[in-house]
Amino acid sequence: MIWINQIIQGVLLGGYYALIACGLSFMFSVMGIINIAHGSLAILAAFALFVLADQFGMSPFLALVIVVPAMAALGWALQRLVLERSARAGALVPILSTFGLAIVIDNLLFEQFGADTRSLAPYIGSFSYDSWSLTDDIDIGQLSMLIFAAAVILLGGLQLFLSRTPLGRAIRATAEDPDTVGLVGINARRVNATAAAIAMATVGLAGAALAMRATFDPYAGAPQLIFAFEAAVIGGAGSLWGTLIGGIVLGVAQNLGAQINPQGFFIAGHGVFLIILFARLFWGDRGAWFLKPLRRA
Amino acid sequence: MSLLAVAGLDVRHGLLQAVRGVSFEVERGETIALIGANGAGKTTLLRAIAGAHPSSGGRVSFSGAEVTHIPAHARVGRGIALVPEGRRLFAKMSVEENLLLARAAGRPGAWTVDAVMEAFPNLKARRHARAGTLSGGEQQATAIGRALMTNPELLMLDEVSLGLSPLAVDRVYASLRTLLSSGTTIVLVEQDLTRALRVAGRVICMLEGRIVLQGKAGDLTREEVTLAYFGLDKKNAAAAP
Repeated sequence: MIWINQIIQGVLLGGYYALIACGLSFMFSVMGIINIAHGSLAILAAFALFVLADQFGMSPFLALVIVVPAMAALGWALQRLVLERSARAGALVPILSTFGLAIVIDNLLFEQFGADTRSLAPYIGSFSYDSWSLTDDIDIGQLSMLIFAAAVILLGGLQLFLSRTPLGRAIRATAEDPDTVGLVGINARRVNATAAAIAMATVGLAGAALAMRATFDPYAGAPQLIFAFEAAVIGGAGSLWGTLIGGIVLGVAQNLGAQINPQGFFIAGHGVFLIILFARLFWGDRGAWFLKPLRRA
Repeated sequence: MSLLAVAGLDVRHGLLQAVRGVSFEVERGETIALIGANGAGKTTLLRAIAGAHPSSGGRVSFSGAEVTHIPAHARVGRGIALVPEGRRLFAKMSVEENLLLARAAGRPGAWTVDAVMEAFPNLKARRHARAGTLSGGEQQATAIGRALMTNPELLMLDEVSLGLSPLAVDRVYASLRTLLSSGTTIVLVEQDLTRALRVAGRVICMLEGRIVLQGKAGDLTREEVTLAYFGLDKKNAAAAP
């Protein structure tokens, strides 16, 4: 029974990983940019929510109404001011510039908020630990369930948006051939800025999930980036449903590892990531056979 | 007033000047064939008119308004469409999606997905197939259809027969015939001289970035065109701007 519980909790944890990986995966698939500042931006959103809750007494859920659009606007500006310019200098330059951005964000947050560890849990009352009992041994946290549902809805919604709407089509076309979209009347700059705004809006949600379920401090961005990165790579970089599966694989592996040995949480997670990474390197997509049925034809 | 006016246009690829002081006008409803050897600057000229390549000097005016410095997507919005060399379809997207993309131009009109399917019947069965899986002829039809979906006033076709079997070329031109007779203004680049002289009302011949010969297709003999094409007609070459 304990193993079943670990798997269920692992799946729910995977939903959280998928939520933080969503923006990273979206940005990579659409714009070909690996955003090293991803984790730091999630922490920035978390601090924004914290300030609204702490200083202005807003419910963190209500504060999302302000923070998510603000993150979207930040994404637009980020694309226009940093990513677009650095991408012009070569594919690797955005990695450097977002790395620099991560350092700037981390240290500005540290200067403003200090090294204290914060959490949004105190501002959402008992919701942070309320749970439903399935059996005597298995409880499901309501917050974990909400985060999992948010990840599924977000990734599914984005997938639908990309495949069914005119803007989604324009985003995919721009990802495939940014030089040619102009000839069919698509403004590639605007499409990319919109895509960056969407990615950052999801980072706003990821920041909220992070801040409600655990604690954070100004330098908490890098570990978040690692989990997001692992989930995105396990799922096949750039595939949205794959990202959900990747998050779940990572979460389940970590929980099973922790059950075997208290030290096993990180080892099992990183181990699975490395095994899948090498399997991909040696056998290509066959190395990730379990994702095949999930890939869109 | 002419639909398209190009005046003293210079276009460069780095140090190479591909188009040198080219001037010509296109009247509404005309069909013009742009011919010339490889490297004469035809593709670069069309790309500069479409806004896909920046020009380094001169002016491009469309419907009386200067468009020299506006970006490609905005020119599509004004009614300039280019079917690029090599077709440049979005290979991962379906035929229908490729066509629907052109709606971004914001020019509703007679050309819809269904109208394109009528004009190019070979696409009907492939409507939901990925563009990357199409045959060359089907890809070319999709590329032309995608340009038509912007309901252009000026349609530029760059080497539609490139890489196609003779049979596929015949099919593409058969579909184009309705278009040619419908009054759409067309500038096309064509390597096949016989075909170019047959479909076009006027012929412009380029050599080394300059226009060396232009005139009504009916007034030019094949020999005159051939001499200009290879730069053997010294008198005309010297007189060109």
